[in-house]
Amino acid sequence: MVASASNMARQVLDATDIKRAVTRITHEILEKNRNSDDLVLIGIPTRGDELAARIAAKMSEVEGKTISFGSLDITMYRDDLRMRPARGLEPTSIPEDIDGKVVVLVDDVLMSGRTIRAALDALNDHGRPRAVQLAVLVDRGHRELPIRADFVGKNLPTSMSERVQVRLSLTDDADDSVTITGGEE
Amino acid sequence: MKHLLSTRDLSREDATLILDTAQELLAVAERPVKKLPTLRGRTIVNLFYEDSTRTRISFEAAAKRLSADVINFSAKGSSVSKGESLKDTALTLQAMGADAVVIRHSASGAPHLLAESQWMRGAVVNAGDGTHEHPTQALLDAFTMRRHLGELDGKNIVIVGDVLHSRVARSNAYLLSTLGANVTLVSPPTLFPVGIETWPVATSYNLDASLESADAVMMLRVQNERMNASFFPSAREYSRRYGLNAQRVAKLAEHAIVMHPGPMNRGMEITADVADSDRSVIVEQVTNGVAVRMAVLYLLLSGSQTPEAIES
Amino acid sequence: MSILIRNAKLFGESEVNVLIEGDTITDIGAGVGENASADTTIDATGLVLLPGLVDLHTHLREPGREDAETVATGTRAAARGGFTCVFAMANTEPVADTAGVVEQVFRLGQESGACDVQPIGAVTVGLNGTQLSELGAMADSAANVRVFSDDGKCVHDAVLMRRALEYVKAFDGVIAQHAQEPRLTEGAQMNEGPLSGELGLTGWPAVAEEAIIARDVLLAEHVGSRLHVCHLSTRGSVEILRWAKSRGINVTAEVTPHHLLLDDDLVRGYNPIYKVNPPLRSKDDVLAVREGLADGTIDIVATDHAPHPMEDKECEWQVAAFGMLGLETALSVVQKTMIDTGAITWARVAEAMSANPARIGRIDHHGRPLAAGEPANLVLFDPAATRVVDATDTASLSRNNPYAGIELPGRVVHTLLRGSFTVRDGELTEGAQA
Repeated sequence: MVASASNMARQVLDATDIKRAVTRITHEILEKNRNSDDLVLIGIPTRGDELAARIAAKMSEVEGKTISFGSLDITMYRDDLRMRPARGLEPTSIPEDIDGKVVVLVDDVLMSGRTIRAALDALNDHGRPRAVQLAVLVDRGHRELPIRADFVGKNLPTSMSERVQVRLSLTDDADDSVTITGGEE
Repeated sequence: MKHLLSTRDLSREDATLILDTAQELLAVAERPVKKLPTLRGRTIVNLFYEDSTRTRISFEAAAKRLSADVINFSAKGSSVSKGESLKDTALTLQAMGADAVVIRHSASGAPHLLAESQWMRGAVVNAGDGTHEHPTQALLDAFTMRRHLGELDGKNIVIVGDVLHSRVARSNAYLLSTLGANVTLVSPPTLFPVGIETWPVATSYNLDASLESADAVMMLRVQNERMNASFFPSAREYSRRYGLNAQRVAKLAEHAIVMHPGPMNRGMEITADVADSDRSVIVEQVTNGVAVRMAVLYLLLSGSQTPEAIES
Repeated sequence: MSILIRNAKLFGESEVNVLIEGDTITDIGAGVGENASADTTIDATGLVLLPGLVDLHTHLREPGREDAETVATGTRAAARGGFTCVFAMANTEPVADTAGVVEQVFRLGQESGACDVQPIGAVTVGLNGTQLSELGAMADSAANVRVFSDDGKCVHDAVLMRRALEYVKAFDGVIAQHAQEPRLTEGAQMNEGPLSGELGLTGWPAVAEEAIIARDVLLAEHVGSRLHVCHLSTRGSVEILRWAKSRGINVTAEVTPHHLLLDDDLVRGYNPIYKVNPPLRSKDDVLAVREGLADGTIDIVATDHAPHPMEDKECEWQVAAFGMLGLETALSVVQKTMIDTGAITWARVAEAMSANPARIGRIDHHGRPLAAGEPANLVLFDPAATRVVDATDTASLSRNNPYAGIELPGRVVHTLLRGSFTVRDGELTEGAQA
């Protein structure tokens, strides 16, 4: 089964596509938020934090000043804790006081919206941002909550039975890629 | 992990998971909102058959920071020989829908009894049972050591005092060995249990010989009544041979830390100046206790529903 | 009333028929009674024929703890285990330290149709270890007491023990010592060893038993009296006994079925069903007591049947009562540990569980040879049967059975007390439940 699933894997984004998407998201964020002084990028582990770091680096390059970024683990805010085995926590590091700032949450894949719902709750316990925006590398649809992304690298219409796999060089020790596996024959 | 009864049966993976989780949870105390919604709607009962304000408060703070409902059930008056039996209490707690019971008991094995009985279904956390174990104390000690010394593999930990009657010594001996540390227990021969040679530790009767290579020294509380039972001749002789004082601290390596699970007998096993010195991490142990207990409660209670229950 | 038992294996060996008339064996041997017309004929093919068992160490709990056991229920349990006589320990409430109490127990035993009851008298008043009970009065009473014991407590005062040993010589009594040095066992919960250290349970060291046995055999030698050692449990105790007997000291010793089978590893789960005094010992001690029983150093098996109500066992180990049931499983445990291992023969079992305890307790109607003219007290046991022990399948009022859930060999099929069935086809008879 594993073999057949991987046979069906199709790569939809490669390293170059992802680099372009990050660059585009960076510019869109800067376009929407003219004053980059107020921006804080917060990624959701495990891959959102790597993406947030990349966007912050790109942004620092474009703006010629350091844009801070951090990570926010949402495990303790999940709504499905009772239904899954307990898991370890990922690091949370909020780089600065977020009161009055514009926080851009960064995640790899947006689907049900439940992770973002948990992230909004978690963020709330760290302070009161002026605004919260959402950037994702892939939006694959199937929303279960009224949540949408402000910045999307790639819209990928998928079926529920398919699985979207994002690989990033630091987190996964592999070339950047987005692949879809599974689904109907 | 369904229960936390002893460190002896805790795997290295589980112990590390608890410590890593506690590491993340430590930051919660620094946040504007010191609370997580994780255990909302869950009920945790602190069932204390022995007075231990510090341990109870630590568990209570941990449970509340995870948004659990906490019921404090002090059974001290009813104790063991009189009043309601543990069985009846457990049945009551089950009827109240307790998701976890944190139990402190003067009888060794009482948490095992609760966990293995059919009286209640919740998770059981041993908060100290008789002269058996006190696993969360050992976890917070290991956590504190890790913060100061890094990973515990190969570290030399010296634990000094009444090993025979100490649940803290037992739990630390097993846990620290599991985590790869070299543990040396130091005690007068009378206060070592029979069969100590089967423990995964080194033993010594000589405190001075053990100090130089130590990365951490943990002093155990020695109760005065042990003297009356002839375990040692006098308090003065005990502290001369096994107490930690400034001269002994001077023999320690610069990075070495001094620990005590509390409550301390100042002047007996530890002098006041050592307890209050900057070598001492005794107050920090208390802070870390909350984070470690949060980690334990989180790991035991989240995902505690059975797969069948989820499907239905 | 006559009974013909056909094809029973006498001591597990040759097949015999037994003809019983009234309360007496009238003939025994191959082919006996084939032409006689007995009122009842029992086909005992495959069953081992032994004399009715005698238990020198039973706690019947009456008077005082009738919630745990009564003379009536305890004797029924005994019958189901193949016993025809049990010695009732003195630690009742009130203590059996006067002629009045021992006569009460004796009378209750006579009223029970299941098994004879021979009371044991307390050595000291109230088992308090300070003042001798009226040993002579109990000896002269209707109960005819010959065995004296403070069982549950040790007669630890050396002078008192010496006096007791001397005093009972006047009526050929014996002191049955519960060997436990009290200061070495304060708060003791389990065998002292690596596991007690690990579990944080106060240790009950072997030396606390051995030191008392060593002292007592020397006292018995010094005063030329008769000593019986209760529930011996350690290798060291066996060695001291062996030495004492080699010196000709007049000492006998018992081992319980549970010390023949169970070891202290069972304590690991803190289940108080395994809490007993003396405690379950190491595997090496288990082997040593088996060897001691096999070579005759240990004279008898005695159950130390100790019923306790559920609430005294469904609790924290430290507060749970000491003791376990034993009457209904004793012969099976002996088969498993001594017969099935080839250590002893059924003839030796008959000595250790019938003849020897009767001789030590100085009773003359039990523990007799299986011969014409002898009282018809006997048990027929099926060694080929097996059963998974069910704690609720008992005549005892209590359920503290440490063998519950495990498979034991053998089954008591018939027990006869003075020519009457107390157990027939594995069931208590009406006569035994009167």
